[in-house]
Amino acid sequence: MERRTIFRGWLLPVAFVLPQLLLTFFFFLWPAGQAIYASMTRQDAFGIRTQFVGAENFTDLFSDPLYLDSIRRTVVFSASVAVLSMAVALLLAVFADREIRGRGLYRTLLIWPYAIAPAIAAVLWVLLLHPQIGWIGHGLRALGIHWDYKLDGAQAMLAVILASAWKQVSYNFIFFLAGLQSIPRAVIEAARMDGARGWRRFRTITFPLLAPTTFFLIVVNVVYAAFDTFGTIRALTRGGPGKATETLVYKVYVDGVENQNLGSSSAQSVVLMLAVILLTAIQFRYMGRKTER
Amino acid sequence: MKRRTLLAGAAALAAAPLAPAAHAQGGKTKIVFWHAMSGALGEEVKRITDGFNASQGEVEVEQIFKGSYPETLTAAIAAWRAGQAPHLVQMFEVGTGSMLAAGPAVKQVWELSKETGIQFDPKAYLAGVRGYYSLSDGRMASMPFNSSTSLMWYNKDAFAKAGLDPENAPTTWDAVVAAAQAIKAKNAASIPMSSSWPTWCLFEQYAAMHDVPYATEANGFDGLGTKLLINTPPFVKQMQRLIDMSKDGTFKWGGRDGAAGPLFPSGDAAIMFDSSAARASIDRAAKFKWGVALLPTDPAINAHPINSIIGGASLWTMTAPKRTPAEYKGVALLLQYMSRPDNDAVWHQHTGYVPVTLAGYELSKKQGYYEKNPGADLAILQLTRGKPTKNSLGFRLGRMPELRNIQYEEMEKAFQGQQGAQATMDAAVERGNKVLREFEKSVKG
Repeated sequence: MERRTIFRGWLLPVAFVLPQLLLTFFFFLWPAGQAIYASMTRQDAFGIRTQFVGAENFTDLFSDPLYLDSIRRTVVFSASVAVLSMAVALLLAVFADREIRGRGLYRTLLIWPYAIAPAIAAVLWVLLLHPQIGWIGHGLRALGIHWDYKLDGAQAMLAVILASAWKQVSYNFIFFLAGLQSIPRAVIEAARMDGARGWRRFRTITFPLLAPTTFFLIVVNVVYAAFDTFGTIRALTRGGPGKATETLVYKVYVDGVENQNLGSSSAQSVVLMLAVILLTAIQFRYMGRKTER
Repeated sequence: MKRRTLLAGAAALAAAPLAPAAHAQGGKTKIVFWHAMSGALGEEVKRITDGFNASQGEVEVEQIFKGSYPETLTAAIAAWRAGQAPHLVQMFEVGTGSMLAAGPAVKQVWELSKETGIQFDPKAYLAGVRGYYSLSDGRMASMPFNSSTSLMWYNKDAFAKAGLDPENAPTTWDAVVAAAQAIKAKNAASIPMSSSWPTWCLFEQYAAMHDVPYATEANGFDGLGTKLLINTPPFVKQMQRLIDMSKDGTFKWGGRDGAAGPLFPSGDAAIMFDSSAARASIDRAAKFKWGVALLPTDPAINAHPINSIIGGASLWTMTAPKRTPAEYKGVALLLQYMSRPDNDAVWHQHTGYVPVTLAGYELSKKQGYYEKNPGADLAILQLTRGKPTKNSLGFRLGRMPELRNIQYEEMEKAFQGQQGAQATMDAAVERGNKVLREFEKSVKG
């Protein structure tokens, strides 16, 4: 039995949705519109002279090898963060799902990192990885490995991937744990009766049944890695050395805020906006299909 | 200017609490001064503004620390777009090109002087300092404030341990390389040599002192069509030297901008190129005997090095809607107060920045400051060495902070072993010229 209220006229319903519409307008549509407008202009830093240049900022962008590099870098970074954080989270979730003593505490502790601000997380990693003061960094150097992520691009990338993935493990853990708990025990039991052992049971029963969770997490993690890791990168490497850890979002900041090149920075924001819209559409489509079933 | 961007919106939020403070309070005209001086230097700024506030009853100045130089530049731009610009802002020297192109956003010193009737005589200021901030006809655009040049700071204890003469610092690059090798061989310090502000200390100063052009159009003073020339042999030679030193462990890349600075007072780095204004913090923090010397030169490039250039910042008067003549007058009074020989001399002696007025320099001499503090006049001597040429006046390149960032990136790639010296400087020129053309288009449009 569905409960539904029918409003007469349109004034009252409009009044109800107005706050939401206003919020959307002022905090999304207006700035987004500004970004689209600015992406088609060339301005000096103070905005005193503004020229309309059409799609020039976009064509410049896609003919710039540095921008294409940044796209490639972002894809590698996002994929690595998503795979690493999800793999670790799944492993932890599988173990936490078992009957073990003190699992409440265990689960709670695993969720903690999620509450840490990105900049703080990055500082913790700096204290671990710093070539001189971090104990991991120090240890690596003691082992004869030339560890200096401030000058080695690959190591810098590894550092930001580790820090970003670590931060996302908790979130993935919660979802995987919930996913695991929603798998009917009967199915697992049946598999056990048929003689399927641990790994086989996981591969043929558990993992396929986790597919919806996994898919959802892939989208969320890619979006997280691509858009929410600015703080971590800023605090850890500032996009360097060279441009080794400059992802698309970081580049928007560098070009817009540091270099005051608002036209190009806005064009990059618009490109990112389209990417988010695309990812969200994929997710909605998938989730929509799931609820119809 | 009605158009407001996201950035401006953010600045408006940030600046909002300040806006009411800008209006008269208890009969006093309130003016806001944004600066980028942290730590010991920030305290000196506060001492000046406190002194100014106590010296008269008309104007009350509020000083606010806004972060690093680039952050202050960004904040000032965003605030102006939002109509909330501070009355006075401290802007680093490489932002000069951008500020000169800012037209209605700023009130240049000569304009301020004309409007308020408070006179500033350009001749009262040291030529090397004034030139950087003046129009080509000699009118002053911004007020010289904290000017320094780079010097070579070295750890005398580490020098002694390495068997080097602590009282005679190396004067040529070859000697510096040899000293760094001796320090490494004797393990006298964990880092033989490093540099703060690497682009400024190692390339810009290098160009000026050796009288080598850094960019066409007289380093940008003659026009907007300027192109970088830093891939010519003298610069490639310098880059090659740094790459070689980095490879054999005698030079350590300490990071961009001022990031390497703390490595010296902590005792890690034995030789550090840094601003002459590092004196205050080194004096306070260093637990060892230190010395300071002129920047090394390369006799093979120029046997008669000339003046180095300044770094540091100047003060720009900014405009905002509804700003009153009384407020501009307050700004002019503050600038006048800061230029007083006694205040200038105290600022110079406390911070290590050079005095910006001739009278401030003379006063410091008369007080016997340089006899009591050996090396404190090195910056002035280096800034006034020889006869300045068009290669040693400074730089007027648009978006220069971005040019420096490009150079940092390319240098970092080189120190990772990804590219050689020539390729590094070629890439910096190619990418830098693109930025210069962008700037030219945006300003002409």
